[in-house]
Amino acid sequence: MRPFDRHTGKAVAIDLANIDTDQIIPKQFLKRIERTGYGQFLFNDWRFNSDGSIQEDFPLNDPAYSEASILITGANFGCGSSREHAPWSILDHGFRAVIAPSFADIFHNNSLKNGLLPITLPDDVVDRLIDSSKQPGGLEISIDLEEQSVKGKDVDEKFEISAFAKFSLLNGLDDIGLTLQHEVDIERFERNSVSLYRFSTF
Amino acid sequence: MRTLYDKIWEAHLVRQKEGEPALLYIDLHLIHEVTSPQAFEGLRINSRKLRRPELTFATVDHAIPTIGRDLPFNDPIAWKQVETLRQNCRDFGVRLYDMDRKEQGIVHVFGPEQGLTQPGFTVVCGDSHTSTHGAFGALAFGIGTSEVEHVFATQTLPQTKAKNLLINVKGELPFGVTAKDLILAIINKIGTSGGTGYVIEYAGDAIKGLSMEGRMTVCNMTIEGGARAGLIAPDETTFTYLKGRKFAPEGDGWEKAVEYWRTLPTDKGAAFDRTVEIDASSLAPFVTWGTSPEMSAMITDRVPDAPPPGRDPHSFSKALEYMGLEPSQPIQQIAIDRAFIGSCTNSRIEDLREAASVAKGHKVAGSVSAMVVPGSMKIKEQAEAEGLAEIFTNAGFEWRDAGCSMCLAMNEDVLSEGERCASTSNRNFEGRQGRGGRTHLVSPSMAAAAAIAGHFVDVRNWEFRN
Ligand code: SF4
Repeated sequence: MRPFDRHTGKAVAIDLANIDTDQIIPKQFLKRIERTGYGQFLFNDWRFNSDGSIQEDFPLNDPAYSEASILITGANFGCGSSREHAPWSILDHGFRAVIAPSFADIFHNNSLKNGLLPITLPDDVVDRLIDSSKQPGGLEISIDLEEQSVKGKDVDEKFEISAFAKFSLLNGLDDIGLTLQHEVDIERFERNSVSLYRFSTF
Repeated sequence: MRTLYDKIWEAHLVRQKEGEPALLYIDLHLIHEVTSPQAFEGLRINSRKLRRPELTFATVDHAIPTIGRDLPFNDPIAWKQVETLRQNCRDFGVRLYDMDRKEQGIVHVFGPEQGLTQPGFTVVCGDSHTSTHGAFGALAFGIGTSEVEHVFATQTLPQTKAKNLLINVKGELPFGVTAKDLILAIINKIGTSGGTGYVIEYAGDAIKGLSMEGRMTVCNMTIEGGARAGLIAPDETTFTYLKGRKFAPEGDGWEKAVEYWRTLPTDKGAAFDRTVEIDASSLAPFVTWGTSPEMSAMITDRVPDAPPPGRDPHSFSKALEYMGLEPSQPIQQIAIDRAFIGSCTNSRIEDLREAASVAKGHKVAGSVSAMVVPGSMKIKEQAEAEGLAEIFTNAGFEWRDAGCSMCLAMNEDVLSEGERCASTSNRNFEGRQGRGGRTHLVSPSMAAAAAIAGHFVDVRNWEFRN
């Protein structure tokens, strides 16, 4: 996983609650068997009209935000299906972090496992960030994971993240490698505990 | 005093250390063609194997056609995905229930049907509707592809414990009001993020009164309320359903299993972090009018004229525009073009019986095209033996092979731009059933009735013909 320590970049806002993974990456792009190359399909049905032409008023199509690397959205971002293609496509498009008042659980997990930082901030702070991002010149944000801080014009906020997720992100650690260090525990569990609740073999 | 969730959690703790997520053992891992290829690839890159291939089961459902199965796929990319799964299952020693098998079906229909899902288990799958299996009192939740790889390699998952939410449904569901209406009502009440951070336990007389099929419908849509897992305490209904199924315990093992399963229900007096009460007897059939499962109304109601309190106003107006509906429009005046009866929410034998009882002796409206897609080939066979298939085809419904089909429209079963569909599936998101397609979530009987009437109708007043 790509480590995350600090990042400074332009922000772009999609000011809607409950943005689901079907919008983030529509299902017709889930048939690939790779992990990469999904950025071009991010928000496909909002970015492009059905004839393939560009939907001018969608924020990601606004040249002012073409360099944006931080996405700001409404609450419950990433609800819906468990497709990891959602964080893959957001990362592949060039984003490193998403800021929202709340995230759906599975999306939140999937993001952390891929080095995309989901940052939860209070509603009113997110509203302010969204407003600033729409001002001429836009909004530049600096994120420091070690400090757990988000800074920019008129903002200086701390965010919460579990110590474990933070450590893994900072070091770009692979969960599987970590778990395999505990193989003795897994073996012991299989030997002693499974038979207490399992009564048929498959 | 512990809840059902606490008990399963504790029984599966492989390791727990302060400041780290707990490591949970996984008893059953179901996989399908769409979210597994990258996980197998990850194993190959790191020269890892499956720790317990015998606890892993594969089927194909998401992208496969539900018609003309003996022909080559029209979609070469979907074909490649299926071929990749076949190769991966061969290489890593996983049992695959392929399209030529009579057990093939939607992953969440297949698992319970084969007796793989058992009370007290932990069940995962790279699909958010894994919550379905919670109907058996199993802790079941959807995972991403990285987690699929993690389970492949270690048969465990690092997890943080969620909070306990009790949804207590008292009273009895009135005639014509189904498990689907109940879960739509629950989501309407708590909102699509109301369950975020919780595991939900559904309890109360109305839940106890449900069949396993109904319980699966309720648990299935738990994720639409934001919770990753929903649970129902195992009881006689659960045991009767499981007994004799292919992978269920047998003989002495069965007796021991039942004895253990009886210890699982939440202890009297165990504390929940939050409780929600619902009165089943006050419910009517529900229809969603928007682009989120929380946007729903009773069949006798109207499309709202303002966003419900506490819900996002932008999303409200955007939803009405996308759905092509007017504020205050009566739900019963909404005309449909398509009807879809299927998906892991409502494609089991009981769902098909319910829809067939409405369809019997009627004809699908000339303006509507309707289809029924059974959840598994086994259900298809049973429905044919019971004469349900004939009722559907006589009424003008298409009768298909098992798969996800128009629930997510990855295959050729897709809505065209602007088409409006009465669907028994679980998500009415923009474009879910096809770009520009408009989805209204309903129960199987409501979908069948709408297909016949050409618009939504109150199935409680239906003229049943026998
Ligand atoms: S039927 Fe729909 S919701 Fe269920 S597994 Fe298939 S695509 Fe997912």
